[in-house]
Amino acid sequence: MAAPSVSCGAAVPYRLFLAGRVSFAREQGLWKAAASGLQTGTRCQILRLKHSPAVTTTKNVAALRRESYTVDFIKKQIEEFNIGKRHLANMMGEDPETFTQEDVDRAITYLFPSGLFEKRARPIMKHPEEIFPKQRAVQWGEDGRPFHFLFYTGKQSYYSLMHEAYGKVLHAEERQDQLRAKGLFSEKSKSKDLIGSRWLIKEELEEMLVEKLSDQDYAQFIRLLERLSALPCDAAEEEFVGRFRRTVTVQSKKHLIEPLQYDEQGMAFSTGQGKRKTANAEAVVYGHGSGKIEINGVDYLLYFPVTQDREQLMFPFHFLDRLGKHDVTCTVSGGGRSSQAGAIRLAMSRALCSFITEDEVEWMRQAGLLTTDPRVRERKKPGQEGARRKFTWKKR
Amino acid sequence: MLKGMTRLVSRVHKNCVIFILEQCRGSCTYGCLPWKRETSWLDPGRFSHLGTQAPQCPVAHLDNQVPTERTRAISRTLENDPAKHGEQHVGQHYNISIQELKTVFPHGLPPRFVMQVKTFNEACLMVRKPALELLHYLKNTNFAHPAVRYVLYGEKGTGKTLSLCHIIHFCAKQDWLILHIPDAHLWVKNCRDLLQSTYNKQRFDQPLEASIWLKNFKTANERFLSQIKVQDKYVWNKRESTEKGSPLAEVVEQGIMRVRNATDAVGIVLKELKRQSSLGVFRLLVAVDGVNALWGRTTLKREDKSPITPEELALIYNLRKMVKNDWQGGAIVLTVSQTGSLFKPRKAYLPQELLGKEGFDTLDPFIPILVSNYNPKEFEGCIQYYLENNWLQHEKAHTEEGKKELLFLSNRNPGLLERLCAYL
Repeated sequence: MAAPSVSCGAAVPYRLFLAGRVSFAREQGLWKAAASGLQTGTRCQILRLKHSPAVTTTKNVAALRRESYTVDFIKKQIEEFNIGKRHLANMMGEDPETFTQEDVDRAITYLFPSGLFEKRARPIMKHPEEIFPKQRAVQWGEDGRPFHFLFYTGKQSYYSLMHEAYGKVLHAEERQDQLRAKGLFSEKSKSKDLIGSRWLIKEELEEMLVEKLSDQDYAQFIRLLERLSALPCDAAEEEFVGRFRRTVTVQSKKHLIEPLQYDEQGMAFSTGQGKRKTANAEAVVYGHGSGKIEINGVDYLLYFPVTQDREQLMFPFHFLDRLGKHDVTCTVSGGGRSSQAGAIRLAMSRALCSFITEDEVEWMRQAGLLTTDPRVRERKKPGQEGARRKFTWKKR
Repeated sequence: MLKGMTRLVSRVHKNCVIFILEQCRGSCTYGCLPWKRETSWLDPGRFSHLGTQAPQCPVAHLDNQVPTERTRAISRTLENDPAKHGEQHVGQHYNISIQELKTVFPHGLPPRFVMQVKTFNEACLMVRKPALELLHYLKNTNFAHPAVRYVLYGEKGTGKTLSLCHIIHFCAKQDWLILHIPDAHLWVKNCRDLLQSTYNKQRFDQPLEASIWLKNFKTANERFLSQIKVQDKYVWNKRESTEKGSPLAEVVEQGIMRVRNATDAVGIVLKELKRQSSLGVFRLLVAVDGVNALWGRTTLKREDKSPITPEELALIYNLRKMVKNDWQGGAIVLTVSQTGSLFKPRKAYLPQELLGKEGFDTLDPFIPILVSNYNPKEFEGCIQYYLENNWLQHEKAHTEEGKKELLFLSNRNPGLLERLCAYL
């Protein structure tokens, strides 16, 4: 699973690609090019003989700028990956046939435990498609003539995409005119496919086209797509538009609401946990009560002599207008007085979710009662006095 | 079995101590009483909330008289004599006139309360259960028996000091002689000048504190001072002495004028009062706030930086003698508080914890009275009192939600409620 060094990528001789062109046509999928427009071109994979003295390096300098992987090389990586996956499954004692990527991740974290804070620096084992960056194949033939007719615009995939989209717009307008002429025009609402999804962001579009875009290009493209979607379209056009939309999940649906539990006396209660900085709290909220809160066996008035902390505890109940109706028993440890108060507040809000309607849960989430505060203490850096504070600057 | 003790009951507290009261107090007979914590709601008849509550908009007052009268019915009572207070007055405030305040309480009121009196231009005390209970006992005291000790205890801010003041007011009305030490903690800390005692070389004098106390004592008990006659001859120094049979006022004057002898004057006053109250000329009420100071530690040091124990302070030594129940004809009402105490943890409020072993053994046996947070009725009464005085300015203050918020935030603790309302 070692990342292959690029410099020793298999270099197929320059001439061979002519013969291999047809066979490599299948592998086009591996090599990323424009999503549309490059239907015809049988692209040839770049094969740069880096170490061959016969080929001078003056040609195709642009292609040499980035590390390039040959198709063979990528294919070999994929085979190695699959074999490695099976080996890993055997090592972990699982069935190689049903070994999914999540199992792979789990196995790797188990076998190579890493304490690095940066998740991306930890050992990973993923499909080579995700690891090796997608690259553009060489866009011109052996005679130096480019394949694509828009090559000399500089951003051929982008402009070809715009060309296609505009063609579709014209087509749709023409159809609309025809319908109008016939009198069969009817207003159709297009909003249904726009709800619950969003346009691609610029980075995603760049990744799709393997080309750098400017902000204006992106804005232009989105405007064109919106214009297209405003017109009555048929299925092909809708599918075209759908390629550039991503679904947006509703946040609150991810939140699981625990059902109510009942203890021996039949009193309904619910538990919740909360964290804030280094404080951990667990709260048990009872359905019927008089507003008493007990923390670590001590009344909350004695535990939090500061009014600010008690106001934090009051917030969830006050928000839901249930000030004197619940009894709470909680345990908390770690952190300081303010973080303990915040942790208990979060735990209480989570426990309260079982007692209230879904709308109220959504309101609580929007009020920020159900979110763990991600702020933690920033580490001190060397060369500075604190996390941000620098040493006193002396002019001389 | 106990008429008055029926209220003292419920759970055995974790620091349960079984103490036996040998004395009978009137119709109440106390047998073996486990140290029980009261669950009855004790009113901190204090209006300790000098909260700055936003004044209610005057429009509300002009609107209808009926709500205000109803609120007055909840929060105030016209019965201004503590002797006639009963269960029906729980949660209501009664008025003390300013002149009475000056005579009865030259010292002894909590400072926040004094500020509130000044702000509202009236002194209103809330009638609460522990005070009522104590009043009941005091009314049924048998003066032939040795003095009974009552200890008010409770968490911080629940109203022990103001309950004590209620009792003192009652006794003043009943024409008792009030011996009120406002805060015993003041005598064991932050003393600038400590002199070696003239009477006993081992002990230390505190001239300033003693003279201040003598002045206040004189204001409180003017009429008695001329009646009580000293029964011994006391020589102050080569030139001054007090003859036997002269009124006590002379001793007090001497103490006030000659600050060096103030501590000794205090000692003499205490001794004479103790001796003579048994004779039945007058009834004596010994009221000490923060009695746990008598047996704790002090922060005072000698010149060689060695700490001084409370016994070495003459004032404390004499006070300890006063608090012993070897005299008749009166009562001893004490408060233990953590607020001014030295070297005691914040959460300690039980007499056992605060008095320490020595103090507890000395005070044993006594009647404990728990003062706890407001009950809903008292809380309501307190809020109404503030609203009437236009103390709560916030627009939500008179709504139900506002009251619920206040209830939650203060957990019905009178002191906290007062401080909270200060910001509204």
